[in-house]
Amino acid sequence: MKFILRIWRQDHAKGAGAFVRHEIDGISGDLSFLEMLDLLNEQLTVRGEAPVAFDSDCREGVCGMCSLVINGRPHGPNALTTTCQLYMRHFRDGDEITIEPWRARAFPVLRDLVVDRTAFDRILEAGGYVSVHSGPKPDPNSMPVEPEVAEEALDAATCIGCGACVAACPNGAAMLFTAAKVSHLGLLPQGQPERYVRVTRMVEQMEAEGFGGCTNLGECEGACPKGISIKFIGRMNRDYYRSVLKEPIDRRGRMGAQ
Amino acid sequence: MKLDAKVPPGPLREKWDAHVDSIRLVGPRNRPRYSVIVVGTGLAGAAAASSLGALGYQVECFCFQDSPRRAHSIAAQGGINASKGYRNDGDSVMRLFTDTIKGGDFRAREANVYRLAQLSMGIIDQAVAQGVPFAREYGGMLANRSFGGVLVERTFYCRGETGQQLLLGATSSLAKEIHEGHVRMHPRTEILDIVVVDGRARGIVVRDLVSGAISSYAADAVVLATGGYCNVFFLSTMAKGCNVTATYRAWRRGAGFANPCFTQIHPTAIPAGSEHQSKLTLMSESLRNDGRVWVPRKQGDKRPPAEIPEAERYYFLEERYPRFGNLVPRDVAARNAKEVCDKGLGVGATGYGVYLDFRDAIQRLGVKVIEARYHNLFEMYERITNEDPRKAPMRIYPAPHYAMGGLWVDYNLMTTIPGLYAIGEANFSDHGANRLGASALMQALADGYFILPVTIADYLSRNPSGEVKADHAEFKRAEAEVRERTKRLLSVNGKRTVLSFHRELGQLMLDKCGITRSRDGLEEALRKIPELRAQFWRDVKVPGGEGELNQSLEHAGRVADLLDFAELMCLDALTREESCGCHFREEHQTEEGETKRDDERFANVSVWEYQEGARPRLHQEPLAFEAVHLAQRNYKT
Repeated sequence: MKFILRIWRQDHAKGAGAFVRHEIDGISGDLSFLEMLDLLNEQLTVRGEAPVAFDSDCREGVCGMCSLVINGRPHGPNALTTTCQLYMRHFRDGDEITIEPWRARAFPVLRDLVVDRTAFDRILEAGGYVSVHSGPKPDPNSMPVEPEVAEEALDAATCIGCGACVAACPNGAAMLFTAAKVSHLGLLPQGQPERYVRVTRMVEQMEAEGFGGCTNLGECEGACPKGISIKFIGRMNRDYYRSVLKEPIDRRGRMGAQ
Repeated sequence: MKLDAKVPPGPLREKWDAHVDSIRLVGPRNRPRYSVIVVGTGLAGAAAASSLGALGYQVECFCFQDSPRRAHSIAAQGGINASKGYRNDGDSVMRLFTDTIKGGDFRAREANVYRLAQLSMGIIDQAVAQGVPFAREYGGMLANRSFGGVLVERTFYCRGETGQQLLLGATSSLAKEIHEGHVRMHPRTEILDIVVVDGRARGIVVRDLVSGAISSYAADAVVLATGGYCNVFFLSTMAKGCNVTATYRAWRRGAGFANPCFTQIHPTAIPAGSEHQSKLTLMSESLRNDGRVWVPRKQGDKRPPAEIPEAERYYFLEERYPRFGNLVPRDVAARNAKEVCDKGLGVGATGYGVYLDFRDAIQRLGVKVIEARYHNLFEMYERITNEDPRKAPMRIYPAPHYAMGGLWVDYNLMTTIPGLYAIGEANFSDHGANRLGASALMQALADGYFILPVTIADYLSRNPSGEVKADHAEFKRAEAEVRERTKRLLSVNGKRTVLSFHRELGQLMLDKCGITRSRDGLEEALRKIPELRAQFWRDVKVPGGEGELNQSLEHAGRVADLLDFAELMCLDALTREESCGCHFREEHQTEEGETKRDDERFANVSVWEYQEGARPRLHQEPLAFEAVHLAQRNYKT
């Protein structure tokens, strides 16, 4: 198959950037989208042109490293599929394909299709954990968890942190990402002691990073390669409101001072 | 090079506890004075960095990905072993230990493996405390499944994404330590060399992958958690970024490299299709619990699988290994699949594939039950191949998957360079010549959460902190060498891409040093690798410059090191004149075609020492088997 690719090219973070047209021929339908780009890069290199920078690592849909907005859709046209698992058989011979990086204020472009997603890490650092040290712990069977609850927590925990939800949202909001982490831990008994501190801190960090607000458009859910439901956003909002009503004294600080 | 494994005296069951009781510690007030570098944020690295940070050490942590959460441990699917014995099926620490020693074909150190089995239970407890949502039974208790090579159910799992959930648990603890200032995280930063001053590891040289800047970090100890090197085969189940640079550079600086030829070829991956394919995707071994492996009995039988009657199906694992059936260890399953395909019985376009069939399990349990067990694996298979495994059997074929070989470490996980540690897949320690399923996660986390944070204190406490700074002359020299190497790569300006060399190396290694090996093949590889390397340095084309985000340059540096390292692998495979576990030398097999060990000459660890400008020197660490008796593995009766 033959394709015309319109690819966003940008030399560095401060560069202007523009779409550049590339053509590629002889592509088998069994190649993945990223393998097609590998091949393009081979050809560009041999011709003495700069290859296209893009992120990828595991290439089996779980590390969350790959990105790309393909024809206006994060991770391309297929539902529940990351770019690395998208195959060229889903395109038609001769198609023109537009490839852009994630577009969001909180994800600045570093080069071509590579963006900086460390804002996500800072949201997690603000509270996306249960505070435990390494060492002996009680036997897990002393704390039974209903299988449905464990499954629902896993539905949220399955988030790969790729950022498609942000790229899909017209507001550039990171609500689905943040809600997935808040819900994963908030559903489980282990996550209860820090449930409200966690949601407050994570939401505040999310806002500080420059992500937009949620206006219930639902684009995030449609773009999520792991099918994470927006019901988790509702859940996070409920927890957030409850946390606001809780006693404002930071008892943690006091405990530290003792 | 002196190999002292430092295995504590006393009975096997008491070694670890006695060791912890007797080693030196660093007190809580002194810990913040000591700094430790941790390279890699997979299960081992993230667990170690977070544990050390929580203890109060100053930790500098590095990964080449854009976030620590992306390390390739995330792709582990099936589960993690622990000898909890919840199923009342006779499991115990001793049994997990014995299974691991036998599964590794008697090429691992008993004391390390026993400790691993002991610590396995605490890992599950630790992960659950972090919020890892393991599968539960209806009463709320943890669920188990079985895995290859064992007769008990001791594997804990989260659907088919156990590695992801365990890594998110470990990196969430890491995130907490970053937040509290105990760990400084450096994502998109790649290690390019280790700095040794007066015989001790003192730091590393790194390249910022965004700005291209090369700089140094000094510390009181360096921990490598940099994973395995199966990308030497180009097509493997590893992530694209996985590489050998950290451990290979450590070897050049004096660390012994142990058993480099021990690489595991996983039996159940999706077969390679097209010539431009970039990786192989694993289908979890847990599928062999319900899937039956078969090929047509007749050569070149092109009928669709559903039309092949039962009598004409060759369930080769069940027939050859009635006791374990489809659940034989990985090396046995992989070799048998290759053998039937070599005989012309293979299926699919290339003839290199076998069926993994769920028909009987679906008839027995219903599609719903099977769907619940393997939902995401079925989905993944369907996405890649465009075929539905509920209706037609999967096609699978072995793929390079895990490196049992790695830097030699003593009982404390320290390499032969004082102050340099290797943990997780980067070391050689616990899996011998073949790793059992669901044991990689267990080993990486035992190393990272429970072993290294304790043993490293013994080393640190014996030395003052902050003795050497990054402005030391050795750092400047190492940095200059890294810059020189980078310039050389950029200045060749030949005609061939890095990828084309990587593919060629991979094909050669898969043919000559893959599922089976022979003297002739290995000698041929040892002739061809230097030729390919010479061609690489003559004709590679690396576009772009040094001071920028340059993925071609990253790849070129990794491939250059793989080209050097491949030779060491072949040399090791050639020197080990026996078959054991995944190392199958055609010259050394039983009449039934099984591995034939030579315990007289090779019940040892091969440890290679780098020699400037000369052939690497071989040392051997003898292995004594006192708790488990040396015996031919038997998965048949």
